[in-house]
Amino acid sequence: MERTWHKPLPAADLVIRGGRVVDPLSGVDTVHDVLVKRGKVAEVGRALAAPKGAREVDADGMFVLPGFVDLHTHLRTPGREDEEDVASGTLAAAGGGYVRVFAMANTEPVVDTAVVLRGLIETARTEAVVPAGFYAAVTRGLKGEQLTEMAELAEAGAVAFSDDGRPLATAALVRRALQYAKVTGRTIAIHAQDDSLFRGGQMHEGAVSARLGLGGIPPLCESLDVARALEVAAYEEAPLHVHHVSAAATLEHLSRAKAAGLRVTAEATPHHLTMTDEAVASLDSNLKMNPPLREEDDRQALVKALQEGLVDCVATDHAPHAPMSKDVPFEEAAFGTTGLETAFAVLYTDLVKKRALDLGTLVTRMSQAPAAIAGVEPPAIRPGAVADLCVVDPRATWTVIAKGFRSRSANSAFLGRELSGRVRLTVAAGRLAWEADA
Amino acid sequence: MPKRDLISIEDLSRDQVDLLLDTAESFLPVLQRDIKKVPTLRGRTIVNLFWEASTRTSSSFDLAAKRLSADTIALKASGSTVDKGETLKDTAITLSAYGPDIIVMRHPSAGACQVLSRNTEASVINAGDGKHQHPTQCLLDLFALRQTFGRDMDGLKVSIVGDILHSRVARSDIMGFKLLGMDVTLVGPPTLIPRGIEEMGVKVEYGLADLRDADVIYVLRIQKERVREGASFLPSLREYNRLYGMSQARLRPGQRVMHPGPINRGVEIDPDIADDDENLIALQVFSGLAVRMAILYRTIVGYTDAGSEEVL
Repeated sequence: MERTWHKPLPAADLVIRGGRVVDPLSGVDTVHDVLVKRGKVAEVGRALAAPKGAREVDADGMFVLPGFVDLHTHLRTPGREDEEDVASGTLAAAGGGYVRVFAMANTEPVVDTAVVLRGLIETARTEAVVPAGFYAAVTRGLKGEQLTEMAELAEAGAVAFSDDGRPLATAALVRRALQYAKVTGRTIAIHAQDDSLFRGGQMHEGAVSARLGLGGIPPLCESLDVARALEVAAYEEAPLHVHHVSAAATLEHLSRAKAAGLRVTAEATPHHLTMTDEAVASLDSNLKMNPPLREEDDRQALVKALQEGLVDCVATDHAPHAPMSKDVPFEEAAFGTTGLETAFAVLYTDLVKKRALDLGTLVTRMSQAPAAIAGVEPPAIRPGAVADLCVVDPRATWTVIAKGFRSRSANSAFLGRELSGRVRLTVAAGRLAWEADA
Repeated sequence: MPKRDLISIEDLSRDQVDLLLDTAESFLPVLQRDIKKVPTLRGRTIVNLFWEASTRTSSSFDLAAKRLSADTIALKASGSTVDKGETLKDTAITLSAYGPDIIVMRHPSAGACQVLSRNTEASVINAGDGKHQHPTQCLLDLFALRQTFGRDMDGLKVSIVGDILHSRVARSDIMGFKLLGMDVTLVGPPTLIPRGIEEMGVKVEYGLADLRDADVIYVLRIQKERVREGASFLPSLREYNRLYGMSQARLRPGQRVMHPGPINRGVEIDPDIADDDENLIALQVFSGLAVRMAILYRTIVGYTDAGSEEVL
């Protein structure tokens, strides 16, 4: 059944010439031409003949990659269209090489009824530049009390269920949600957070928070909640997805659970994979996020886990915020950073170029692995596949500036950073979704 | 030239701290005259913007500015546009229209000074932001110590006792005391000592057993909220007093007690010390005036020795 929706766009006819095609799923890493005909990959090979009317794209020296899939986007619609809407968020996604995004349910109103969900799907059908799918809430109003009508929401098209932004506060609630998910066949995803340990938290608890006098959020706040959810999932033999893992201690729980055969998957964000709490010393509110940036040991453990597959995928947790929520003192600022437009470049610059992660693994974790978790066809660059790909120029360096975003919000943790890797072109669901200015 | 802000004690070098304290000392004779005023900052405008209750800090900044003949505007959070929901950014833009040279600000949130500084041409002096920093308190504490122990404070042993977790004074003092070469020990219940604070180069103790080694005992205020139900940092103020309250019986002769005020008699400090003139508490308050005059002066004229003759 359909899990993503997009606006009608003409099917693309393209010949992408001479790029390095990296498609781990198809076992390809070679310089090839890629012919896209009426939205499908028609041929991959050398010196392909261009049919009449097909656009020529010079990809010499560039990567041609399966398009990225984001399991954790906030499109802020309905309710906060001043921060992001379906059109701006999916255009930002396209600009970052994404071909599918899945939006969280913590909107105003919350996506907790089929009516709200159907409205969003209609919006996506008229506005989404790349196909968008939607989570539904686990509990009504994200209040952590009463389950949503999950069966109807699943029928209406919810990709999975998550109260993201809020934890499932009791073991009993985690259990009920996992039990009831057996009816819908959709995964429950958790924002792990022990609220009793979170209270007053502003940043990671450690030497930096001690020095700055900011309320600390201990790693325990996350790992304890994950450990509990994993125990419940094991007991119920139910699948579970863990949002935005930040702490090394959490990885140990995940490792044990996976070794025991639990169907658990996990995501990590570009910012947790590349930054630490030391950066917060500037008190720049764009570096305030939840979970918080942690220590170098945590960061390195996350990168290793991503390389090894213990962390299954990268997810942006793209969290647009209005200036009113961010251009305020650190302690009063909202949690979150945008991420769709910087994710690949950040990870390419800080991990791949520094040899902490290989390119093929990064592509798997940004594209094919998250697609599989969402239950959508993994993007692949092989004949017969729907064209879901992006062309990235790894030599292009650029500086992240506030005015440079397609997102409606500019609260990026990476402002000022010089990055390598610019997405030149994105084809999503066979449609040309993005083409950078030359 | 970039404007001079004083947001954290880390903004200052050792030489700048010494110069500030020298400058403060040079103002002392002014404060002993009948006419306690010099024309040094005539025509300058200083805004005191207090978003949080303050008695001694706001009054001493106000008086310091007036002693230097600056024009002052005092704004408090209650009764101003703050109550109408104006953001700090907009307040900064509005006040900047008056062309102030300095904005002194106290704010309940860490990071407020950075927001203010981004939105004004004026120099920003932090008069306390959240639990982050209170650099002028640190400088007046250093001045009081210098008046007591002389210029060389290298190796002086200071124990800071109490609620380190919630104290901006503690954080600024740790940095300032370390900058001048002192040995700093933090003493308090583990619930009120932030994890990782050792990395600031301090020792941590949970009891008063080694208090006798200290030359100076810096007692922090215990807020009554810390025993509020749900917070539970402390079982009771009574138990706090039993474990950490400072009384004459716990001191050896020659130890000097400091406190940033306001004091809670019978909680962190017993009346027999509070009323004893061996303590440095009154000297701290007095030092606040001279030190804040020096900070205002140096913020405007700069941290070079040139110009210090014209002070008087």
